[in-house]
Amino acid sequence: MIEAVRLQKHYGKTKAVDDLSFSVRPGRVTGFLGPNGAGKSTTMRMILGLDTPTGGDVRIDGKHYAELKQPLTKVGALLDAKWVHPNRSARSHLKWLAVSNKIPVSRVKEVLEVVGLTEVAHKNAGGFSLGMSQRLGIAGALLGDPEVLLFDEPVNGLDPEGILWIRQFMHRLANEGRTVFVSSHLLSEMAQTAQDLIVIGKGQLIAQTSTEQFIADATQDTVRVRSPHAAKLREILAAHATVTDDSVSGSLVVHGIPAQQIGELAAENQIVLHELSPQRGSLEEAFMQLTKESVEYQAH
Amino acid sequence: MTLLAVERIKLFSTRSPYWCSALALVLGVGLTAIIAASTDNGQLSLGATQFGSSQLALSVVLVMAALAVTTEYRFSTIRATFLAVPNRTSALVAKTVVVAFIAAVLGEIIAFGSVGIAKVLSPASDLAITTGDEWRHVAGVGLLYGIGAVIAIAVGILVRQTAGAVAILLVWNMLLEGLIGIIPKVGVKIQAWLPFMNANHFLQLGGDNPAEQAGAGVDFKLSQWGSLGYFAAIAVALLVVALIVAKRRDA
Amino acid sequence: MIEAIGLTKRYGRTVAVDDLSFTVQPGRVTGFLGPNGAGKSTTMRMILGLDRPTAGRVLIDGKPYTELNRPLQTVGALLDAKWVHPNRSARAHLKWLAVSNGLPKSRVDAVLEAVGLTQVASKNAGGFSLGMSQRLGIAAALLGDPKVLLFDEPVNGLDPEGILWIRTFMQNLAAEGRTVLVSSHLLSEMALTASELVVIGRGKLITQSSTQEFIDRSTGNTVLVRSPQLFKLGPLLVDKGFTVRDGADGALSVSGATSDQIGDIAAANGVVLHELSPQRGSLEEAFMQLTGDAVEYHAEIGK
Repeated sequence: MIEAVRLQKHYGKTKAVDDLSFSVRPGRVTGFLGPNGAGKSTTMRMILGLDTPTGGDVRIDGKHYAELKQPLTKVGALLDAKWVHPNRSARSHLKWLAVSNKIPVSRVKEVLEVVGLTEVAHKNAGGFSLGMSQRLGIAGALLGDPEVLLFDEPVNGLDPEGILWIRQFMHRLANEGRTVFVSSHLLSEMAQTAQDLIVIGKGQLIAQTSTEQFIADATQDTVRVRSPHAAKLREILAAHATVTDDSVSGSLVVHGIPAQQIGELAAENQIVLHELSPQRGSLEEAFMQLTKESVEYQAH
Repeated sequence: MTLLAVERIKLFSTRSPYWCSALALVLGVGLTAIIAASTDNGQLSLGATQFGSSQLALSVVLVMAALAVTTEYRFSTIRATFLAVPNRTSALVAKTVVVAFIAAVLGEIIAFGSVGIAKVLSPASDLAITTGDEWRHVAGVGLLYGIGAVIAIAVGILVRQTAGAVAILLVWNMLLEGLIGIIPKVGVKIQAWLPFMNANHFLQLGGDNPAEQAGAGVDFKLSQWGSLGYFAAIAVALLVVALIVAKRRDA
Repeated sequence: MIEAIGLTKRYGRTVAVDDLSFTVQPGRVTGFLGPNGAGKSTTMRMILGLDRPTAGRVLIDGKPYTELNRPLQTVGALLDAKWVHPNRSARAHLKWLAVSNGLPKSRVDAVLEAVGLTQVASKNAGGFSLGMSQRLGIAAALLGDPKVLLFDEPVNGLDPEGILWIRTFMQNLAAEGRTVLVSSHLLSEMALTASELVVIGRGKLITQSSTQEFIDRSTGNTVLVRSPQLFKLGPLLVDKGFTVRDGADGALSVSGATSDQIGDIAAANGVVLHELSPQRGSLEEAFMQLTGDAVEYHAEIGK
């Protein structure tokens, strides 16, 4: 559990993070979203005690990061895959991390195995591709078998197999009851990964809610209808809802009434349906809608 | 002890400390070899054997110590370090202890290695280490390196950039303290209180050939061991400032 | 149009690209997919004449890159966003490029407008965010008004707004009749962007087809059916020989039938429908199935 209470970080007059409160629950993957410059990285650094808040407080299971005895056994973080000395081997990098937190050195071999780097463990990290560095960073985060995990853009540089792997891996970590907090700009990816969302803009909280709720609140549900009697159906539906045509697929897009009701109306009027699909908005649409609103709100 | 082990692993899992140590060894012992070879057999004094160790090789060791910190900033591994060990003071003190210890050991190897090579190349010279002053002159090099490393680390923490830290250390040690002596009247008085001047004062053999002693002509107010203490005190003070800054600064 | 014919690249004994043939048509966005080490970058570099093929050839509108009279007016490429000088303004950067390529200076304002950088054109590029640098890079690629555009991981480091912008932008370029080839690892993003795919693995062509066809071919199609009269509809569908399984929340998941067929059966038997949604597989599922063993580093998924 991560809890931020009225967290602030000011650089001179710039408010990078401004009175931000949120909590990240265990057992879920929580996405951390926001436009560039929203304060996501600063917030993550404050959670990890790298930056000192100007005001407010952020705690992990009730404690500040700096108060944790063996922090790597409590919190694993991947903020930047490049935080590795280029002339140090992957194994040595993990070894010093392990020793610093009294983690058995045998764990190094295990995590290398988990991320699939065993064969290149003796090679210098400087020669790694971005994807391999990312895997090394993930290995470092997993080293202490921590209850709380923070990832910043974890899929950066990974190939499709790696992306699928890390997504399934994060789900598994959350299912084991761990707290998983992931920051990313890739909304189509986050829609599949995160169950909960914390969305910030200009250093302030825009929303903290489940992904489903976030999308439902910000977008309009529509229903896609295809029928061999489209013209007649259109006429009937027009009395109850807004109907637009999708010329590409030749279907009707209905706003304002649920699929169920459309089905009932079609049956009453003996209209054959070839498709009746409720369409949900995308996380991207919802995000654009809400961050735009927050910007407009602040402009007034 | 854990933190010392961590810093040891970090230091020895990259190549630059090996290269720096080798370079210091070659420069320190090599200069002595050149001096010994170009001096008539039998004419070489013990004081001449430590010229390379106390001047040239010291600079390399200062650079090595500064690098141990600045590369952490350069590659952002300092953040990984602070994530693993949030108590920044202990993490940095551990690093200082390990680096200073290695520098001290290296200093002893270079100092006694220099005497050794001088004996081989100039067997007729009297190079025996018998008096306390002679022991201080040779074995003291290690102490000098250890304390010098602390200063270098403190500068590294404060400056964070390799180029800046190295420039400050080299200019300070090799140029600045000597140049201050040029200032009329007060120059020499100031020199008596400069750290590296005092460090060299500590090493002085105090024999009848003052011309081959660094820092000659300066009227030091402290005893030779007092000078070492003064050098150490300045190193510790700098380190304390650096630790306070590192603790308050965003990583 | 880009045509690769028997394209091969060997480095010593390693075959990076192996007898690869494909065509990229104008008027649509073509995604270029493959696992790490599949040879995508090498292929891109050969298209641009940076690497010389060991065998075979790759033609742009019928000619190899090196034989193009005005290459920058034929092909624009964005391979790396960081190709900007920090202390030069965006406009100066583009002006310099325009002059060096013998292009009219009026193009500078045209491309700045196209990528939405007009307002910051006089600012130094060093202060640009990654998203703005990316736009500037695209502006430079567009200077020569090329008919063919190559993008390598264009959304890397962009924020959601930038990602949406570049996707729409690429689709608009294609709609203008240009040839757009985009290489990316982000399949969920590519599913939204590309209507055509070229998929390679271990230097060989795995498939070239439309995105929809690619997905349909390798993932089983099912239709999700909801109705208050499922007890009646279910047996009817089973009688027709379709496979019917219980889906989520009391729905039926029907495979072997199109939604049209199911809709007809429901109407003929007076069954009210509450939902009739064809379920499509994801590009990711399709990709994983097809490239299965062409992957370089396998992480242990189960562990």
